[in-house]
Amino acid sequence: MNVTSGQGGMRWARAERSETIHDLRFTDLEHTAGNATSAIGFLNVRKPNDPKWILSSSPHVFQGDTTARIMWQVVAALTPAAVWGVYAFGWRAAWVIGWCVAGAAAAESGALRLRGRPNALADGSAVLTGLLLGMNLPATSPWWMALLGGGVATGLGKQVFGGLGQNPFNPALVARVFLLISFPVSMTNWAVPGGALADAVTAATPLGAAKTAVATHGALGDALAGIPWWKLFVGLQPGSLGEVSELLLLVGAAYLLWKRIIPWDIPAAFLGTLVLVTGAAWLGAPTKVVPPWFHLVTGGAVLGACYMATDMVTSPLTARGRWAFGVGCGLLTAVIRLWGGYPEGVSFAILLMNATVPLIDRFTKPRKFGWVPEAKGAAS
Amino acid sequence: MAARTFPLGGVHPPDQKHLSAAKPVEPAPLPDLLVVPLSQHIGAPARPVVKKGDRVLAGQAIGEAVGFVSVPVHAPTSGKVLRVEPAPHPLGPPQPAVVIEPDGEDRWADDLEPPTDPHGADPDEIRQRIQAAGIVGMGGATFPTHVKLSPPPEVKIDTVILNGVECEPYLTADHRLMLEEPDRILAGLRVILSVFGLDKGYIGIEENKPDAIELLGRKAREQGFAEVVPLAVKYPQGAEKQLIKAITGREVPSGQLPMAVGAVVQNVGTAAAIWDAVSAGRPLVERITTVTGEGVAEPRNLRVRIGTPVRHLIELAGGLRGEPGKLILGGPMMGIAHHDPDVPAVKGTSGVLLLPRDRVRTAPEGPCIRCGRCVDACPMGLAPTILRTLIAHEMVAEADEWNALDCIECGSCSFVCPAAIPLVQAIRYAKGRVMARRRKGG
Repeated sequence: MNVTSGQGGMRWARAERSETIHDLRFTDLEHTAGNATSAIGFLNVRKPNDPKWILSSSPHVFQGDTTARIMWQVVAALTPAAVWGVYAFGWRAAWVIGWCVAGAAAAESGALRLRGRPNALADGSAVLTGLLLGMNLPATSPWWMALLGGGVATGLGKQVFGGLGQNPFNPALVARVFLLISFPVSMTNWAVPGGALADAVTAATPLGAAKTAVATHGALGDALAGIPWWKLFVGLQPGSLGEVSELLLLVGAAYLLWKRIIPWDIPAAFLGTLVLVTGAAWLGAPTKVVPPWFHLVTGGAVLGACYMATDMVTSPLTARGRWAFGVGCGLLTAVIRLWGGYPEGVSFAILLMNATVPLIDRFTKPRKFGWVPEAKGAAS
Repeated sequence: MAARTFPLGGVHPPDQKHLSAAKPVEPAPLPDLLVVPLSQHIGAPARPVVKKGDRVLAGQAIGEAVGFVSVPVHAPTSGKVLRVEPAPHPLGPPQPAVVIEPDGEDRWADDLEPPTDPHGADPDEIRQRIQAAGIVGMGGATFPTHVKLSPPPEVKIDTVILNGVECEPYLTADHRLMLEEPDRILAGLRVILSVFGLDKGYIGIEENKPDAIELLGRKAREQGFAEVVPLAVKYPQGAEKQLIKAITGREVPSGQLPMAVGAVVQNVGTAAAIWDAVSAGRPLVERITTVTGEGVAEPRNLRVRIGTPVRHLIELAGGLRGEPGKLILGGPMMGIAHHDPDVPAVKGTSGVLLLPRDRVRTAPEGPCIRCGRCVDACPMGLAPTILRTLIAHEMVAEADEWNALDCIECGSCSFVCPAAIPLVQAIRYAKGRVMARRRKGG
């Protein structure tokens, strides 16, 4: 019998199966009792022909979903929007994603090796982090920046905390903000979508153009003129290579919602709050504020709300907590976009809210079945 | 109207009841040896009143109750006592048992109490007969039934519920009983109602058993003192507190018993056994057990004498099929895995489940990714992953604050966990630590 010990003194035993089985004739208890030497008689006598049954604590059946399956499904859901990025910005977009994934995978493997842990690339989490980071970078990013970012994401963003499940901050966003602060010029060098032309033309993002216009002229003017909403929605706009096609991001998110891999409450609270706050500001100053429907389809709102804020590891455990978290993300994004120095605030908003998750978990402890108020004399 | 259910959490495991649901109950032939544990109930084990070499008759008491929360144990058939000593026990470590070699004649003791008029009987007499018959909760919890029927005088019981939910996958013992012996169940319910002076009770049945709902529902309408309540198929619908919530809308306060909301729940099998005890003085010496799973050749529902070794039941179900994986007493969600087929079926053994190797998950435990599925699945409104993290660090006081003791060990959290973390096992450990700490007054 193999006894494996788990954390904190928890133990379980698993008996390995023997090769010979199928003799189920009732053992002669008189006979075996005669052989027994222990105080409990026939009980300890081995029955060599019996199969060795596997022992473990209940339950004995499982739903069958695994961590790896969850991670790879998120990768799959992101793929259409990533492919759009390659279509819109050219092969260099694929190049950027590839270097990010390589950096993330290399740092993950290296850190696990240093920690003496088994390689965990198969669980898909490092690849997912690399892909998410790549989709958050401009298609014009140099290869070394993408590689460095990937390494920072899983190395500094995740493995230093103890690996999968232990990181307080979204690893891809840690790396994105690291790159934004370290290489601000490269990180805001936005290509204009359009295949072969893309190499030559760069432009501000719609949010960036609006912010500049308001800062210099005190009003939006024609910063957003001539940009139809649908063009932004399908992904014909400058921006991070994977964030531009809200349409395809929503298709992937719908799949994840259907598979119950992401909750609906975080994206709903996030985007709902963003629309409400920017909408109120827009109603107050329509000449200076980008209308709320533009806020939804530009920048990283949809990518952030559906794929980054919903990161299981760095979001709250309970439904009430997820609402609070989503509202906080939407509010901070709106505040940064409306009044902050950066045109875009999704990354900062999510990272700031990541920091509050332990607190949110503590204050949104689920209401247990049979809970009665303290006044009636019951325990919490 | 949608079928009623409980509000929080719950899961939908594949029920696999088709393996045995259509198989009528057949009596299991007597085995060569019966191993009858003296402890088949929650409470003090019975004290043996026979010794090696004694001849016993079926229905004769071989162990007597020790105190109020205890029940006697009876010889399941006639034969010779081979020994009284610790033997394999369904709950884990070996416990004292009376080992009987049947003489094959199955002669019954004739000194059983004569039947009384069950409907005219005094509640105290009914309780006495139920205790004397060794009746315990047959859904698996094995709490002495007469204790459940003896609330303190200040408690008013206004709702009696029979549990015919059988929410554990694979098991069909209660289902077959409801189909084949509905009158025994209803008669038992009537006896329970008379104990509390009530004129109507409920029978909760999951909607995956429409034939049982139809049959019992019709008979209940005819007889007028029962109402069958169809319940949504959701595990753990048959858990006592979840069942009470679904049927009455009342929530048993944390840490308290169903009587706190005026409810008493009994398994349908227990009701049938109550009828036998009160009407015929018949002690509990047999039960219906489903022998099932993909790891056995011919799944069956068997009427099994208490003490029959599982090895015998597996033979009766055609032997093993495929590469052996797990031998489980009970259902797959809450049953206990065993290594020794000499373990006997007892009063609470609703099923013997055999899983082949390819249906046993042996994936190593991975890190928690905080997906929150365990929180969403918990029918008691707990946060299993937090409890597990706390107790892994021996943070016993905090585990108490996070309501470890409210866990009913239904297994829903482990069932959904994508990281294969043995959450129930961790919380079970936490409960032991919390109780030890509370006893010390810490």
